[in-house]
Amino acid sequence: MAEFTLPKNSKISQGKMIRCSEECTNSRMFHIYRYDPEKDDNPSLDSFELNMDNCGPMILDAVLKIKAELDSSLSLRRSCREGICGSCAMNINGQNTLACTRAINDYSADIYIYPLPHQPVIKDLVSDLSHFYAQHAAIEPWMKTDSTVSSDQERLQSVTERGKLDGLYECVMCACCSTSCPSYWWNSDRYLGPAALLTAYRWISDSRDEATGERLDELEDPFKLYRCHTIMNCTDVCPKDLNPAKAIAEIKKLMVKRKI
Amino acid sequence: MTWQDKRPMSPHLQIYHLPLTAKLSILHRATGVVLFFALLLMVIALMVLASGQQNWQFMQSFLSSWYGLIGLIGISFSLYYHLCNGIRHLLWDTGMFMEKHSLTMSGLLVVFSSAFLTIMTWSVHFYIV
Repeated sequence: MAEFTLPKNSKISQGKMIRCSEECTNSRMFHIYRYDPEKDDNPSLDSFELNMDNCGPMILDAVLKIKAELDSSLSLRRSCREGICGSCAMNINGQNTLACTRAINDYSADIYIYPLPHQPVIKDLVSDLSHFYAQHAAIEPWMKTDSTVSSDQERLQSVTERGKLDGLYECVMCACCSTSCPSYWWNSDRYLGPAALLTAYRWISDSRDEATGERLDELEDPFKLYRCHTIMNCTDVCPKDLNPAKAIAEIKKLMVKRKI
Repeated sequence: MTWQDKRPMSPHLQIYHLPLTAKLSILHRATGVVLFFALLLMVIALMVLASGQQNWQFMQSFLSSWYGLIGLIGISFSLYYHLCNGIRHLLWDTGMFMEKHSLTMSGLLVVFSSAFLTIMTWSVHFYIV
């Protein structure tokens, strides 16, 4: 059953406010979700005022500036700073996205940053994604074959066959899509979510994979696949411009097709 | 599913900025619920109709009062919205119109066509009555 409110230990209180130390005419306020597992306190929303004159252009630049200059205890995941690794996924002004590829100037006023929605929080902006990864593993994202080829042969694909994987293989598993999905928020114990299903479809449509039937059998379930209600938040937020909702629709089509 | 984790749950509905597609999805559910109660109302109306003229006069005055009319207009909008969006869902099930740029457009089309159909229906009604 859907729970619309936050549990008691998750209610957010007002945190501290750190203002610009120097004289700054071009400043921007960042409100960031904080949670310290070593204290018994509930999460809070801290506010930091940054001088934009000596700050990089991206949200990630601002967050790292806060960590470097104002509060070194601020925790977040980041690595490549160019949208390849998918580590810095977070909720920025109400939308999941990668902090490294989103410009500060895309927003005009204060910026609110929260961890990915409806996940257990480890610390600050770092949420526990082990369940998300387990679901990815559950769809067995590797090539399965029955036929054998000799070791000096490759499994060849035509250009058209390879083209079918475009828009599917680029997923960086940042979890923006799954954690934007209300259906995933309330059914993630049984619903696989858009990210895992996109990858499932990537392997289903691979001409070299020989386990299509098995894969479809595995997804034929009222929850695993069919909790997608085409709310479309996944497609709306994907920072790589992929279309998980369409991939899910294609899987549903294959389910019908093989019955007739 | 109650939260049994000692760690906090990150905020979701409280902070999420829902796009138009998500809001229309909620509206689809809501109009579905309205239609359920509308069906109940119709069954009650039929029962009253079968129970005699006097009772029906009471029902008629209730339905033609201003709050009755608001209810009926709401029900007809719900029916048209649920129908139009249902067609959108059927097209989605065939894999059509699922590209990001067409999602908001088809949503707006559904809202405008259901509003148009509602207005047309009631214009005809008030013209006749």
